[in-house]
This record gives sequence, structure tokens and C-alpha cells, in this order.
Amino acid sequence: MHAALGKQTRRPMLPHLSNRLSLTAAPALAVPLPDLVGEDLACRRGERIVFIGASFRLSPGDTLILSGANGSGKSSLLRLVAGLLTPVAGRLLWGIAPVAADLASHHACLHYIGHQDALKPAMTPREVLAFAAALRGRRLASAEPALDEALAAFDLEGIADWPCRWLSAGQRRRVALARLLASPAPLWLLDEPTTALDSDSQTRLEQAIATHRSKGGMVMIATHAPIQLDAATTLALDGLAPPLQLDPILAE
Amino acid sequence: MILAAFLALFRRDLRLALRQGGDTGLVIAFFVLTVVLFPFGVGPEPEVLARSAPGILWVAALLAALLSLDRLFLPDYEDGSLDLIALSSLPLELATLAKCAAHWVSTGVPLALISPALALILDLDPRAIATLLASLLIGTPALSLIGGVAAALTLGARRQGVLLSLLVLPLYVPPLIFGAGAVEAAALGMPPRVDLLLLGALTLAALPLCPWAAAAALRQALG
Repeated sequence: MHAALGKQTRRPMLPHLSNRLSLTAAPALAVPLPDLVGEDLACRRGERIVFIGASFRLSPGDTLILSGANGSGKSSLLRLVAGLLTPVAGRLLWGIAPVAADLASHHACLHYIGHQDALKPAMTPREVLAFAAALRGRRLASAEPALDEALAAFDLEGIADWPCRWLSAGQRRRVALARLLASPAPLWLLDEPTTALDSDSQTRLEQAIATHRSKGGMVMIATHAPIQLDAATTLALDGLAPPLQLDPILAE
Repeated sequence: MILAAFLALFRRDLRLALRQGGDTGLVIAFFVLTVVLFPFGVGPEPEVLARSAPGILWVAALLAALLSLDRLFLPDYEDGSLDLIALSSLPLELATLAKCAAHWVSTGVPLALISPALALILDLDPRAIATLLASLLIGTPALSLIGGVAAALTLGARRQGVLLSLLVLPLYVPPLIFGAGAVEAAALGMPPRVDLLLLGALTLAALPLCPWAAAAALRQALG
């Protein structure tokens, strides 16, 4: 259906994932996904080693909450799992297939909502969602019902045709989150998704996550806010930072 | 599917340029003002102006195109849109091509279209006006593409604008030589064909090479 298909004819590495994506708004997974596995991942940002030895296993329907103090590497781990960063050590796998071998299919399998909303002041929420769906290779005609659903799920119908520069921080956050529903993807990576959300919107997010999980979706979420998620496992990043290595010249 | 994503990005950038309007308007205003300043500086003698018109018009167009380059990737980088683009089904090389194409349509094309009016101000030989239009239409895509590489390389740097100019202006010398050369040849009544062909060759060479280099620089900036 997209870049993955070209890859697939050469190397049928993740056929199940590609099948999953060809289902439009699939009610349930046709073929079960393999687990997403991180083994001893280490991440470096610039000169600093952020964490070493982060391991996790995420099965379909699972939720992983990343916890840790500011700067412990929650956002870095999410970017790493998204494939935006490359791990300096360790492996990231779908089942037994390494993610790095077929990044295009991996990207097609995930939604990444960073702590920035990625909205343009001159565009309307509806256009933002249509653009996000089109970037993932969805034709507008087939994406239209999903767009309306996504807008409704985050209570955005009333402001769907306003320019984003009129929106409040919470409304902007809801538009960013509505991308999750505008096009389907089995893995959601959410970086502080509840920032600026009111309690009603947070409930809507919790519902969206629960529905996604009931269809076999996976969620990885970095958050400080108390969020209602059933049977979530937690990965603490606090103990994973290596001891600070001072430059020998500075240490003197 | 890749084509749909490519067109979506191209259309979004054009729509943003149209709605915000500032960038295109600024580029055109800068181009007009720079050209209009020259008669004040070098004097109003028609012979002097006509003689230097090809160079003035091309240098002014080049500086005007440079002016808008820092906005090519920076807004997307700052608001997180670049992450979305990097994670889309569109390879980053094609994404930069789409963005450069939108940049060309929103700056290069208006610059080329307004250039005949400015040629009249400088008393350029009427025989050369068609060549001027052609040379700018052929050469400005190369300006957008080369500028895209520099804009991607300087992403996240402090004082991006200055660094960008230092990087990109030396690379703009070849299009300037052949572009101004074509117009000058036409003004002297000689065929501008060779210069235009070389200018076209520059654009065609930039077409695959620049998006590839810019995408590599963007990956660096995202990581």
C-alpha cells in the first residue's frame, strides 16, 4: 500500500504488519502482531549518555508507562522507539525482526505524538488531520469518515474549521491527539499526552486508549499525570542513567 | 500512495505560503526595492543601467530568494511537524523535494514573473526580456534546491540566517554566471542558447542531488 509494499516484494519481513495497515479502520486485528521488544537499549544525546540497558516487551493490547524524573530519558526512549533516534547499543525488534532493517514499515506501524503539537496557525484542525492522514498515504475519500470520527472523539466538531491560531493550549493538544484516530496504526507513542487537557478531555483520551487496546493496539506513554489505564506495566528509567563521567580536565 | 503524500505536502506548503502571504510578499518587495535602488546609486544614464541590468536583476533575484530560505524547514522543525514528515510514508528525500518545489512556486515563479517590469525600469534591451524570463524560470529551481541543502544543514544552529548566507552564496555563483550571461548575450543580439542550456543542466543536476543531501542533513538535525 505504500513504501512497505515495495520492500515487501523483495523481502517479506513484516507481511502481517502490512496486512494490518491495508484494513481501513479495522475493527480487530486480522493477524496478531508480534511483540515489540526492546533489549538493553542505550541512548546518547549529543555528548551525554541518557540511559543504558532499557528493556521492555510490549504484546498486543499492552500499555507501557514510562516513569522517571525530568531528564531521565522518557522522551528520548519514545523517539528511539519511533525510529527518530538510533540506539547506540541494544536492539529494537518486532518479534524477531529488527526494526532497523525495514524502517519504512516500522514508521507505517506507529503514531508518535511528541510534546509539540505540530499545528500550523493558518490551518484548520480538519486540514491538519487530513494532511496527517495523507502523509501516511491515505486517500482523502477513504480518510473522510475516519476524520469525522477522530474530530468527534476529541469533541472538536465545533472548532473543526477554525484556524489553529484561535485555539487554546488544551484544544491544540486535542487536535494533535485526534491524529491517532485519523489513520489507524497499531503502536501509539505518546509523550506527555495529558498536558493542558481538562478532565473531560483526559477521559476521552483514556477511552481512546482503551478502545485501541481492545482492538489489539499497543501504547507506550510517558507521563507524570495520574492517568487511568488498566493493567499497565511501568518502566522506570530513573536507575538507568550511567554515573556522570566528568571530563578529566574539568574534574581537576 | 507516495505520490498522494508528496502532493499533500506540496499543497500544504503552498497553502501556508498563500494564507500567510508574508514570505512571498516580502521576497517580491525586496526584489523590487533592490532593483529600484540601483539607478539612485549608479546614476540614471540609460547606457550604464542597460549595460549592468542583467547582472543587477539576477543578483537581486538571488538575494531575494535567499531571504526566504531560513523559513523553509525552520517552522516545521520548531513545531514538531518535521517529526511527522520523517515518520510518514514519504521518504525524506521526496519530502524535501516537495518542500523545495513549493518554495520555488511561492518565490521563484513570482520573481520571474515580475522581472520584465523591472527590466523596463533598468532600460534592458527589449530583445532580452523573453530571455530574462526564461533564465529566471530555468534557474530559480536550482536556487530553491541548493538553498534547501543549506537550510537543512543550518537547522538548529545559532544565527541560522548569517550562516545560511555564507554557505549558500558561493554555491549560487554558477547559476548567476549562466543566468546573467544568457540575458547579456540576448541584450547584445547574440543567441543565449548555450547559457540557458548550462543553466538548465545545473537545475537538472540539483534535482536529484540536493534533496538527497538535504535529507541527510535533516536526519542529522532530528537525531
